[in-house]
Amino acid sequence: MKRIALLGMPNTGKSTLFNRISGASARVGNWPGITVDLMSAKILIGGHIAELIDLPGIYDLHGFSEDEQVVRHFLSNNAVDLVIILLNSSQIDRQLSLVLQIKKLKIPAVLALNMADEARQTGITIDSESLTAALQMPVLQISAKYGDGLPKALQAATQIINLNQAATDPKVIAQFLQEDNQIEHEMENLIQRHVQIPTTFTDNTTDKIDRVLLHKWFGLPIFFAAMYVLFQFIFTVGKPLQDGLAWALDLFRTGALEPIFSHSPTWLSGLMLDGVYNGVATVAAFLPIIVLFFLVMSMVEDSGYLSRAAFLMDALMAKMGLDGRGFVMMLMGFGCNVPALMGTRIMRSRPMRLLTMLVIPLSLCSARLQVFIFIITALFAAKHAPIVLFSLYVMSFLTMFLTAVLFQGQYKNAEPFILELPPYRFPTFRQIVLRGWHEVKHFLVRASKFIIIGVVLVWALTNFPSNVPPASAGTYAGQIGAFFAPILDPIGINSQLAIALVFGFVAKEIVVGALAVIYGLQGDLLMAQMATQIDWVQAMSFMLFTLIYTPCLSTIATIKSESKSNAFMWLSIVWSLGLAWAISFVFYQGARLLVY
Amino acid sequence: MNCKQSMQLLSQLKIGQLATISAIEAEEFLFHRLSALGFRVGKPLSIIRRANFNGPLQVRLGTTDVILRDAEASHIRINVPSN
Repeated sequence: MKRIALLGMPNTGKSTLFNRISGASARVGNWPGITVDLMSAKILIGGHIAELIDLPGIYDLHGFSEDEQVVRHFLSNNAVDLVIILLNSSQIDRQLSLVLQIKKLKIPAVLALNMADEARQTGITIDSESLTAALQMPVLQISAKYGDGLPKALQAATQIINLNQAATDPKVIAQFLQEDNQIEHEMENLIQRHVQIPTTFTDNTTDKIDRVLLHKWFGLPIFFAAMYVLFQFIFTVGKPLQDGLAWALDLFRTGALEPIFSHSPTWLSGLMLDGVYNGVATVAAFLPIIVLFFLVMSMVEDSGYLSRAAFLMDALMAKMGLDGRGFVMMLMGFGCNVPALMGTRIMRSRPMRLLTMLVIPLSLCSARLQVFIFIITALFAAKHAPIVLFSLYVMSFLTMFLTAVLFQGQYKNAEPFILELPPYRFPTFRQIVLRGWHEVKHFLVRASKFIIIGVVLVWALTNFPSNVPPASAGTYAGQIGAFFAPILDPIGINSQLAIALVFGFVAKEIVVGALAVIYGLQGDLLMAQMATQIDWVQAMSFMLFTLIYTPCLSTIATIKSESKSNAFMWLSIVWSLGLAWAISFVFYQGARLLVY
Repeated sequence: MNCKQSMQLLSQLKIGQLATISAIEAEEFLFHRLSALGFRVGKPLSIIRRANFNGPLQVRLGTTDVILRDAEASHIRINVPSN
């Protein structure tokens, strides 16, 4: 099979081009010599089936950032038949260096010049024909966003593929990669001869927008307002969809599944319905909000506003060992921790990415909000409710701040903070949908396995041994509750609440339902019963613990797959559990000393 | 000091003032990253704005806008044409 690699600098529309060529057939795969996953897709080109690989966006083949090493190691370990190089036409004066670096390696290449329309607007004219002759490789102007010129570029690629030259020898490439002189001179010569660049920028729309959005004093408030509106949008639109989906899934259970299992043994119907089906339904109910999240975030990211947010928040975040982009991810975590963790992929430095991933699970996600609203309604007077909820949000920020400050020494990031500020761009609908779909697919595959196993386990714990009532003190879950009593008693959490915490480990969405099962009541009766059993100090301690300890199995699964490290996953679990206990302990004992 | 132009660090450049890069004094990693983004000796640049609370600088080099912190900007020496 032929192998084609797609290469380009960051912000050149490389992923857009990849998605356009590959459609929805892309998958994530491992490659020899490198530790990160790369997207690849099988495409049909000139009668050959070829594998198209999306290499990370890099500035320099000879640089030393993680991504630059990934590309070098890929080329030194995997033979390729063709490289499609994608450049941003309006920045050709500096991006051409990458082309010359590839040319030096004698890898067959096609040069695609993206965003030709943007370049034209700024008055840049590129003579692609004379450049083709000078570079001795096909040079074509395309639009990755709209697909203009793409057939011609693929045709040029087909011609090279059809030559059936031997693929590159990774060993030779590895040797070539050691030398990189002369490129700079050659670049200046080519630019002088074949490209005319005007001395001043004629397009200043971006400048005008930036004058407002990056304003010294209004920039941050505008940013917060914009984020607030986006969250409102996601939850206003997402919540009814989520409720509707939950309703439909419940209807399916009562209408179709329960009749099917009505004649099977109790343990089987219990396992299938309360275990497996509830697990799948929990994941599925997440979906509408996840989809919306990715649609909105990919829109924000592709528009160029994310780099601006990084610019505005960087000074504050730097004090916590993070940078501006980390702040955006923390905010995303207030919706759902899972997409926020995935979003850290935009960070190039691994230590900084890990530090951000350690912080994100502490943000008060919408699932935890649901638990808090339930408990606050049950145990606090209406006039105190907003203050209690607000204090939990403040606590969320404080724990994130504390975690980052404490661990920043461990995760010192060597990478300097230098970011390109791209001009504002409107992403196309297709671009947004494709991006969103890839992320959702990725999430589903990973989360479903994990959640099913977790839910089955919790179901078994609360249903065995079978001679005692489900979720009672005699079950394994009850025994676990009793086992943890010495640890949980000092923070005011009784055995019923402890079982709810066990459920909460799988997903916070289950906590309220678990309490209903444990107390055998629901709605107002449940709230009234709980109010007689626990006081507000216990309730607050329970909420603090719920806020800080591991959010859900999906989050753990995401931490594991994104960090590719079991040790880091365990650190995140142990740290959050420890911090949750310590803060609940200080609060509970302190409140008991002072108030009671 | 030269009477026609003065040497200083990029981190000291005033907003809106034009300058040319005279030297990049950085270790290999940073040097590569800077040169890949277009920071080369002889290139003209200017600072568009600076974020509050000693935040990053927005620097314009030709057709590219780059944001970077003071720590990185202090590795870049510039020539400022004097009036």
